Amino acid sequence: MLKTIIISFITFSSILFASGNIEGEIAHQPLNIAAIIMFLIFVGGTLMITYWAAKRTKTASDFYTAGGGITGFQNGMAIAGDYMSAASFLGISGLVYLAGYDGLIYSIGFLVGWPIILFLISERLRNLGKYTFADVASFRLKQEPIRILASFGAIATVILYLIAQMVGSGKLIELLFGLPYEYAVILVGILMILYVTFGGMLATTWVQIIKAGLLLSGATFMALAVLYHFDFSFEKLFQRAVDVHDKGIDIMSPGGLVSDPISAISLGIALMFGTAGLPHILMRFFTVADAKEARKSVFFATGFIGYFYILTFIIGFGAIVMVLNNPEYLDLAKQAISGGSPIVGGKNMAAIHLSHAVGGDLFLGFISAVAFATILAVVSGLTLAGASAISHDLYANVLEKGICDEAKEMRVSKIATIVLGIVAIGLGIAFEKQNIAFVVGLAFAIAASSNFPVLFLSMFWSKLTTRGAVIGGVLGLSTAILLVILGPIVWVDVLGNAEAIFPYKYPALFSVTVAFISIWFFSITDNSERAKAERVAFEAQDIRSQTGIGAEGASVH
Amino acid sequence: MTQNTIKLIKKHPKYQELVITRSRYAWMLSILMLLVYYTFIMTIAFYPDTLATPISEGSVISIGIPIGIAIILFSFLLTGLYVYRANSTYDVLLEELKIDLEKGA
Repeated sequence: MLKTIIISFITFSSILFASGNIEGEIAHQPLNIAAIIMFLIFVGGTLMITYWAAKRTKTASDFYTAGGGITGFQNGMAIAGDYMSAASFLGISGLVYLAGYDGLIYSIGFLVGWPIILFLISERLRNLGKYTFADVASFRLKQEPIRILASFGAIATVILYLIAQMVGSGKLIELLFGLPYEYAVILVGILMILYVTFGGMLATTWVQIIKAGLLLSGATFMALAVLYHFDFSFEKLFQRAVDVHDKGIDIMSPGGLVSDPISAISLGIALMFGTAGLPHILMRFFTVADAKEARKSVFFATGFIGYFYILTFIIGFGAIVMVLNNPEYLDLAKQAISGGSPIVGGKNMAAIHLSHAVGGDLFLGFISAVAFATILAVVSGLTLAGASAISHDLYANVLEKGICDEAKEMRVSKIATIVLGIVAIGLGIAFEKQNIAFVVGLAFAIAASSNFPVLFLSMFWSKLTTRGAVIGGVLGLSTAILLVILGPIVWVDVLGNAEAIFPYKYPALFSVTVAFISIWFFSITDNSERAKAERVAFEAQDIRSQTGIGAEGASVH
Repeated sequence: MTQNTIKLIKKHPKYQELVITRSRYAWMLSILMLLVYYTFIMTIAFYPDTLATPISEGSVISIGIPIGIAIILFSFLLTGLYVYRANSTYDVLLEELKIDLEKGA
C-alpha cells in the first residue's frame, strides 16, 4: 500500500509538474511516414490560415485580440484547446493507465475552476480589459508599478510553461517522428514564430480551434473503438482491466493521489486560482465581442474540457486492456533491467500506443500529428501572451507612458515574439537533459499567488491600493518561488538534498494566503492621497465591470 | 464617467436589482461548486474506502466512478444554469437599464 501511495504521488507530480514526460533515453525511431504526411498537411493548412489571417491583421487590436471578433463558441474551443495540451492528453491518460481512478481525481481538479471563472471573473474581465489582464489590474491603480508587476508575473509564467512545452515537444517528436531532438525544438520554435508574428491572435486562435477539433475527434474515435471492443459494456471493460492490471481491483478506487488534507486543499487552490491567473488563458477573454460572448466561451470550454476528460479516462482504461502486456509495445531493453512490463517511451505514451492498437499505422500517424499540433498551438498562445505583456504593458504603457503610436507598438510586439521564440528554442535545448519536473508547478504557483490575487482584488475590493497590490503581489510571488525551491520537488529531486525544508509539493495554500493578507494589510494602512483617489475610482470601475458601459468594443472591419 | 452618471446609475433600481441578484446567484453557484469539489477531495483524503464500494453486488465498478463522472457533468450543468439565467434575466435587465439611461431617466 505504501509503495502504491509513493508511486502514484511521484507519477502525479511528474504529470502536473512536468511535460518532459517521456521517460528515459529515447532510441531513434524509424521515420513514421503516415505521421509525417499528416503533420505536413496540418502545417500546410495552418500556414494558409496564417496567410489569410495576416491580411486581416492590421491594427494592434487585430494582433492582440483578433479585433474582438471571435464568437463564444469559437473561443470556447480555443480555450479548451489551450487547456487540452499534450501534457494533459498524454499525461492524464498515462496516469489512468498507471493508477486507474486517480487519473479521474486529477482531471476533476483541473475542471472545477472553470465554472467559478465563469461565475465571478469572465464577464468583468471582458468589460474592463482591452488586450492583457494587466489592463484590468491597473484600471484604477498607478499604471507603471502594476503593469511591471503583472507583466513580470505573465512573462515568468509564460517562460516556465514554454520550457515544459519545448522539452516535451522535442522528446515527443523524437519518439514519434524519428527526428532528432534539436531539429524538433527548432521546428516548433520557427512555426510558432510564423503563426504569431504574421497571423497574430486570429491565426493563433484558429490553429488552436482546429487542433481542438482534431484532438476531440481523435480521442472520441479511440474511446469508441475501445468500447466497441467490449460491446459498449463498461462492466466488461473494467472487469478486464482489473484482471490484467497488477494493482487489480485497486485501480477502481482512490490510490495515493490525495493523502493528506493540507496537500489536497493546496492542490485544489493551485489548480483553481492558477488557472484563473494564466496569462494565455486570460487574454482569450478579450478576443470576443462582449461579456455575453465571454460567458458563452466558458460554457462551451467547460463542456469540451469535461467531455475530453471523460474520454481520456476511457482511453486510459483502453490502454490497460489493449497496450499493457501487449508484446508489440513492450520496452524489452528496459524490462531486462528493471523487470515488469514497461512500454516504449514510458507510461505517457499509453494513449499513443493505444491509437496504434485500435487503428493501425495510419491512426497512429494521425494521433502523433495531433499531439505535435497540440504542442504547436499551445506554444503559439503562450508566446502571444508573453509578447503582449512585453509590447503592450512594458513598452507602450510603462516605457512610453501610454503615448505611443500603434504601428510602433505592433512592431515591438512582433520583435518580442521573435525574441521569445528564440529564447524558447534556446531553453528547450538547454533543458533537454535537466530535471524540469518543477516548471509547470512553479508556473501555476506564480499565477495563483501573484497574478490572480492582484487581478481578483482589483475587481472585487474597493479598498485595494497600488501599494497593497505591489507589495502583496511581490510577496506572493517570492513566497511561491521560495517554497517551490525549498519543497520536495526542487530541494530533494533536483538539488539532491535528503529532506525537504518545506514538506509540501504544492505551496499554493501558503503563498496565496501570504499574497491576500499582505495585499489587504498594505492597502488598509495606505493613507496617501493617491490611495484615497484609487478607492473613490472603484465606483466607476465597478459600474463598468457590472454593465459593460464604456467597455472596449469589437473593432469593425 | 462623471460623478453625476455614477450617482445616476448607482441609484437606478434596475442597476441595483441586476447587481444584487446576479452576484447572489454567482456566489451561490460558486459556493456550491466548491462544496461539491472539496467534499469529494476530503472524502478521498479521509475515507478513501467509501468510494471503493462496488455499485452493485459482484460488479467491479466502484461508486467512485459514477460520482467522479457526475461531478464533471455537474460542473457543466452549473455553467449552463448560469448562462441560461444570465441570458434570460440579467441581459434583459441590463438592456432596460441602458435604454433608461439613454432616455436620461
